[in-house]
Amino acid sequence: METIKKLIRKQSLEKLFTTLSASRKVYAPVFAADKRVEYKYNPAFAEVTFEHIQSTLSVKNVVFPKVENLMYYTNNKVDSTITDIDLTKIPEVVLWGSHPCDNSAYDVLKSIFCWDIKDEFFAKRLEKLVVIGLACHQSDAYCFCTSVGLTPNSTKGSDILLSKTKSGDYIAEIFTEKGNAIVAASSDLFEQPNNEEIVIAEVKQTFNHEQVTEKLKTAFEHPFWVANSLRCIGCGACAYVCPTCACFDIQDETKGKEGRRYRSWDSCGFSLFTLHTSGHNPREVQSQRWRQRIMHKFSYMPDRNESLGCVGCGRCSRGCPVDMNISEQLQALQNI
Amino acid sequence: MCENIYKPYLMVIDQIVEETADVKTFRLKFKNQEDADKFSFKAGQFGEYSIFGEGESTFCIASAPTRKEYIECTFRKAGRVTNALANAEVGDTVGFRGPYGNTFPIEQWEGKNLLYIAGGIALPPMRCVIWNTIDLREKYKDITIVYGARSVADLVYKHELKEWEERADIKLITTVDPGGQTPDWKGEIGFVPTVLEKAGLSSANTIAILCGPPVMIKFTMPILKNLGFEDKDIFTTLENRMKCGFGKCGRCNVGKLFVCKDGPVFTYEEMKVLPAEY
Repeated sequence: METIKKLIRKQSLEKLFTTLSASRKVYAPVFAADKRVEYKYNPAFAEVTFEHIQSTLSVKNVVFPKVENLMYYTNNKVDSTITDIDLTKIPEVVLWGSHPCDNSAYDVLKSIFCWDIKDEFFAKRLEKLVVIGLACHQSDAYCFCTSVGLTPNSTKGSDILLSKTKSGDYIAEIFTEKGNAIVAASSDLFEQPNNEEIVIAEVKQTFNHEQVTEKLKTAFEHPFWVANSLRCIGCGACAYVCPTCACFDIQDETKGKEGRRYRSWDSCGFSLFTLHTSGHNPREVQSQRWRQRIMHKFSYMPDRNESLGCVGCGRCSRGCPVDMNISEQLQALQNI
Repeated sequence: MCENIYKPYLMVIDQIVEETADVKTFRLKFKNQEDADKFSFKAGQFGEYSIFGEGESTFCIASAPTRKEYIECTFRKAGRVTNALANAEVGDTVGFRGPYGNTFPIEQWEGKNLLYIAGGIALPPMRCVIWNTIDLREKYKDITIVYGARSVADLVYKHELKEWEERADIKLITTVDPGGQTPDWKGEIGFVPTVLEKAGLSSANTIAILCGPPVMIKFTMPILKNLGFEDKDIFTTLENRMKCGFGKCGRCNVGKLFVCKDGPVFTYEEMKVLPAEY
């Protein structure tokens, strides 16, 4: 559909939020302890922040939960049975106030979960997701969306994108029928805009992702990987906070004769990730695993999924306990 | 309801063969006839086998697609899942997801000689294609199988080796590592590459299919090259740790290729440009 532009007053946001919260799950950012920003289901509107730079975790969990049951089973040797998961029970979720980097990440995840065989667990959750994004009016030194082809007000992945105006109201751009349905149901809260000026964060471009991708074609054996990963402790935090990391493990958990098979987030930073039963490990040292992380996002994915595996949110750099800054590393890589 | 791509078929263990002290072959039949009717696969493909409560493990389908109504898998007792599988009995229910991965292009091999070279536990991933081509015997010229193991006790499919040996239309060379022979051993004694070199084989109109431990591959490749095999005529099947089996869980990739989707079957021509991540 053609994009529709509306104005919503600051004081009308609460009404919109409470209307949505009354009938469905609304997932919105709030300030938690130690100034951490977390997303919560149906918080009180007073808790919801419009002033956060970045939540600690991404919001990929709404389509790719940390732990997701794939089936239930009973193990009775001869009479073992399986019970399927009822995917029709996946509820509609309104994601409120997520930034353009996170919203763009859904396309990246889709390129992984829905290439070739379609993963219905992911696809159904994405289908039930309505995104009311919030363009960034502030940023920090870790943000690098402009280096990966995005901007602080990229519209990709948003059904509606709110942008703050100089007077503190919000311009709502509506891109999809899903978004339009929300606006139509609360049409009294939306006005015609009148050329209000919006506030957009400034994010400096630090590297050229096309050059990085080109460089990676011949960089597999470069000493760069060892030199730049010596301090990596392989904790996997970068993957857990990342909005596009989709690698997962599958495990069984049993109590008595009954149990569940589930998948859970995993990380290519762990040595166990690729360890063969024989003891052989194709990626046995941390530099090989760090190389895999960068190669996957900036070389293999552009090649195979026609999508970069990075949206420039900067969470991996903010969260790294040994201060490995991906933006700095990619700048360095560009020049090797 | 949508299709759950992680949901396995329920299979019944129909038969168990103890191949060696720690290697078993299971014959599995579909519990639901509907699943059996829908199911088809091709030589080279693999699956995820599971004991509920212990998890899933990846092995090639070891039986030939020409043998309907069942699939077979051969595994060594090594980790949590394979130990649990090894403790299962005839009649028990296990899970199977598949078939996944690409296939050996056996149609393209028609009219050619086939040279199969396997070492140790690497015969099972080749057994499917071996039987598949034997079952279509008239389509191929000479079929030669060179198979080696550490010792006589480590040779798998002993009853089939005997059958292959007795057939006039198959040339079988078995060998065991020096010291691995028994007093009544009639096969060769020596490592696979050495035995292969002495066998007086030719690369003319021949496809080589090779699978074995890295050290065997390393020393066999120069011999195949000396015999004049082109890289595109040498096939192998790779293994890497896997979870999903269809290119999503992210761990089996070798460079940009997924062993589970782009493989497990690769030609040496494809393999030699890959980084050593297998």
